[in-house]
Amino acid sequence: MPHIIPRPKLTFAEKMYLPAILGGLVITLRHFLRSLFGQTRITLQYPEQKWDENLPAHYRGAPTLVKDEWDRERCVACQLCEFICPPRAITITPGELPADSRWAKVEKYPEQFEIDMTRCIYCGMCEEVCPEQAIFLRKDYAITGLSRAEMVYDKKKLYEIGGVMDGLVNKWNDLK
Amino acid sequence: MDIWIYAIVSLVKTLTIIFVVVLPMVSYTVYAERRVSAFIQDRVGPNRVGIPLTLFGFKEDVKFHGLFQPFADALKLLLKEDFTPAHVNKFYYWLAPALAMIPSLLVLAVIPFGSTLDLDFLVTPVAKMLGFDFGLGPIPMVIADVDIGVLFIFAITSLGVYGITLAGWSSNSKYPFLGGIRSCSQMISYELAMGLSVVPVFLVVGTLNLSQIVEFQCANGWLVLPVWFHGLDWKQVALWVPLLISFVVFLIASFAETNRLPFDLPEAETELVGGYHTEYSSMKFALFFLGEYSAMIAASSVIVTLFLGGWHFPGIPDGSAGWFWGLANVVTFFAKVACVLFFFIWIRWTLPRFRYDQLMKIGWIYLFEIALVNILLTAGLLVAFS
Amino acid sequence: MSQPNPEIPMLNVQIDGTWHQFPKGTRVIEACRQAGKFIPHYCYHPRLSSPGNCRMCMVEMGMPRMTPDRKPVLGQDGRPEIAWMPRAQISCAQDVAEGMGVRTDSPMVRECRTGVMEFLLINHPLDCPICDQAGECRLQEFSVEFGRGGSRFLDEKVKKPKNVTLGPRVKLDDERCILCSRCIRFMKEVAKDDVLGFVDRGSFSTLTCHPDRMLDSNYSLNTVDLCPVGALTSSDFRFKMRVWFLKETRSICTGCATGCNTVIGSREHKLYRQTPRENDAVNQSWMCDAGRLDFQGIDSLARLAAPRMTVDGDRTTADWTEAIAAASEKLRGVAAGQLALIASARMTNEELFLASKLVRSLGVASEHVDVLPRTGEADGILLSADRNPNTRGALLAGIASSVPGSNLPAIAEGIRSGRIKGLLVLRENPADCGIPETDLAKLEAFVAVEMLDFSPLKHAHVVLPSAAFAEKRGSMVNGKGRLQRLNRAVNPPGLARDDWEILRDLLAAVDPATPAFPQIEDVFHDMAATIPAFAGLSLGKIGDAGLALNQP
Repeated sequence: MPHIIPRPKLTFAEKMYLPAILGGLVITLRHFLRSLFGQTRITLQYPEQKWDENLPAHYRGAPTLVKDEWDRERCVACQLCEFICPPRAITITPGELPADSRWAKVEKYPEQFEIDMTRCIYCGMCEEVCPEQAIFLRKDYAITGLSRAEMVYDKKKLYEIGGVMDGLVNKWNDLK
Repeated sequence: MDIWIYAIVSLVKTLTIIFVVVLPMVSYTVYAERRVSAFIQDRVGPNRVGIPLTLFGFKEDVKFHGLFQPFADALKLLLKEDFTPAHVNKFYYWLAPALAMIPSLLVLAVIPFGSTLDLDFLVTPVAKMLGFDFGLGPIPMVIADVDIGVLFIFAITSLGVYGITLAGWSSNSKYPFLGGIRSCSQMISYELAMGLSVVPVFLVVGTLNLSQIVEFQCANGWLVLPVWFHGLDWKQVALWVPLLISFVVFLIASFAETNRLPFDLPEAETELVGGYHTEYSSMKFALFFLGEYSAMIAASSVIVTLFLGGWHFPGIPDGSAGWFWGLANVVTFFAKVACVLFFFIWIRWTLPRFRYDQLMKIGWIYLFEIALVNILLTAGLLVAFS
Repeated sequence: MSQPNPEIPMLNVQIDGTWHQFPKGTRVIEACRQAGKFIPHYCYHPRLSSPGNCRMCMVEMGMPRMTPDRKPVLGQDGRPEIAWMPRAQISCAQDVAEGMGVRTDSPMVRECRTGVMEFLLINHPLDCPICDQAGECRLQEFSVEFGRGGSRFLDEKVKKPKNVTLGPRVKLDDERCILCSRCIRFMKEVAKDDVLGFVDRGSFSTLTCHPDRMLDSNYSLNTVDLCPVGALTSSDFRFKMRVWFLKETRSICTGCATGCNTVIGSREHKLYRQTPRENDAVNQSWMCDAGRLDFQGIDSLARLAAPRMTVDGDRTTADWTEAIAAASEKLRGVAAGQLALIASARMTNEELFLASKLVRSLGVASEHVDVLPRTGEADGILLSADRNPNTRGALLAGIASSVPGSNLPAIAEGIRSGRIKGLLVLRENPADCGIPETDLAKLEAFVAVEMLDFSPLKHAHVVLPSAAFAEKRGSMVNGKGRLQRLNRAVNPPGLARDDWEILRDLLAAVDPATPAFPQIEDVFHDMAATIPAFAGLSLGKIGDAGLALNQP
């Protein structure tokens, strides 16, 4: 059944629009004057003023790889992030861990792990999909470079930014 | 000899008004538009461009609250690629930006932007050094003091529609075309109301000469604000009503004539991309942009002249009292224009755009009728008073 | 579905409330599949025996309710009323019977499946992130569909050997194994090499190889395909690429005259694996390891990536226009009687047909044309004695002599004696054809169409780089006379081109009167009009399963 909303009956003054227009003008003028005399301060003057210390914990900056307390690289090259990545910024070349490795039990590791930061859209899907808690979006946001090649971050650089993350689930340690 | 001096003085006046006053005013109106809109929306607006001292080895740039932004904009527009699409009608495509710009500058020819300016204290010594002996006398601060000033204004402003319509048509592309059509019918519709709304002014003042209209206002008080005239009587108060209606109708119509919000349908971004100038780039686009803002300045000047007392301000004598006061009159005039320009901007960032049928309805059903009735009212009052 | 055999009686079976008819001897799980009801299963495979040990395929079954005089009680619809058994039964080890009722999705069945899934996952290591099966794993699929959200198992999981090398091509992860025994049955029943088995009991049951043996059968990789979980993985494909990235291209194996149907898995123009594609008329569901790993050479560093010419003793790369013109000029510079052409039975029908046109255009004598035969030992399962995939096609095109290879000694002798001065070699190594390099150096015109750069090619005046089997389209005729299709999975490297395009351009350069063949379909069209065996066919009509040619 259609639900009919009747048009409101307008008074003569409302039909003239002028009171509403004047009301609007007053509102905008108030904002104008408050801004003009510096009472409204919302915008940060970016390079001079920064808000870094106030960034929330869930801030989505550069995606990075992390290691755990025992210096094990958490990534096992399952390539789920490569699969989920909407702009296809991630490229992984999987490899097999040598039998004499301390973490030989994990069997698989990323031989190469590259994130093209010019493609990355900081959506955080990779972090969300990662079954190993190996990839995290850190708070770095000013990601710049002088060439495209420089903007493709390799494993070394990703671990440099990512660092160590402790207190995560450790399903590969022997205590399991 | 006299005719030559007259021609040279006119040329100097024209060049000064266009290049020293109007064009900088246009660029700074753009800057003001951006800053005011930013302030109204609690933003900051352009506040960076200043003197790039760091280029010359200094530690910091001078920013001046972004006052150099217009220079950067102008440079950008000049350096951009001037692209002419293959599908356009070249001749009219090139003609249109000029047609959009020129009429609004022509209008300024008949506007009295000051009383008189006596520069003989400067001119005579210089002339003497060159071996002549003459003085210019008081120079009227109007480029062409024609008796049909107001008719001239209407004649010229209606040419402005050609620029936009031609731009829309010659672009040979759907959005510009729609923008051009909208602009065409909008301008024709509102010109009627605009023309009729000033008739009461002539009935009251009794002349079409803009200088004389201003002088009338000096003597009898501004048309919309007759508070400081000598001996307020009830007849004047009664006439104030139609003149105020006149002012409001003229103001609304001039918003529509200059394609300003809430009547900016020819370039409604949400519907028409860029409207009639979608296919333009670089300096040709800039000419449309400048045209729009100089049309705003022209409209403001006309409003100031007709209703707001022109160069007159209570307590400031006219130019016959000395060159300083002559200059003060000019400054007063442009200060008033600046206030009206602020009002233009303020309205833009307050009101949403009309729908096209609403626009037409307002023009033809309300403003046109009101202006007509207003003429009869004024005439009736004048007959009753005489 | 095949036509019902009139000698086998049809039985009425009710599946989820609807009555169907199936021939006697159909397994219940198969009957349900035919009725469009999928029943999850691990150990059951239509081509293997049914041990019934995974318990995943449980359904509710019932038989007609009988009156005391052994007559079925009929319901209101005139159909027998069914007396349901109180417990769910496995459907893979039971044949259909008259009046049988099956419920595939009742609450009890669903509960059974959830329970079975929970038991299967008790000791599963849940290492999907590093497991190659992830993405095509039955355990994952059925967990999503039938499993519980979380685990209730509190004890420690049983530890079993991981990363065990079962054979040269297969690795085993015993923790992932769900003991379905498909691999054991395959090795015993199909590969006839009974090396796999279970040891220990209960949750310690472990799949192992016979202690003195390795899983080194030529069919060992089929166990990897069969394994419903990630217990058996291919050493070759292991950790190379996740299966969900692979683009699947239906093609055929070119390892021998059997022409096993395959699916080629590739990503971004790199091949990763080949798996068998079911085709009852050719390879059932299997293929041999040798054929499966045959794609390795495609990425070889020795691949030719640009046409090459020898001008005044200098070898230079050239573009195609120059190279084709130079090849044509070289070949026409030799008298027709002094030309020889060696083609390959690894080429497609279209290429061989164009080669035969080239033979006619150049006027090469028929005793100077042949292919190189390759033979080996047939293994009685799939591998054919003829290791060339398209010998029959070469015979049909008239490129091979009636006994393939019988002209080769004469050609070699002719070159040695200088009687033959021009040689065009298509996709073969002249050294394998009995022509030593010293003789090749004597040739006035030596043109080769080849994929790999091998030593005799340094004497060639023009080398035209061509495409490998996974890089081209075309058709082949297998040993049983079945016409099948190759499809392109990846692009050839560099400037290398599809062989048929090279031959077409060469033909057009040698004989400007040849009709234009813009597409390979046009070549097949012309071929169908010329060779009676292909009459009325087109490349499209062959289909994915291929079709048997009328002629023997």
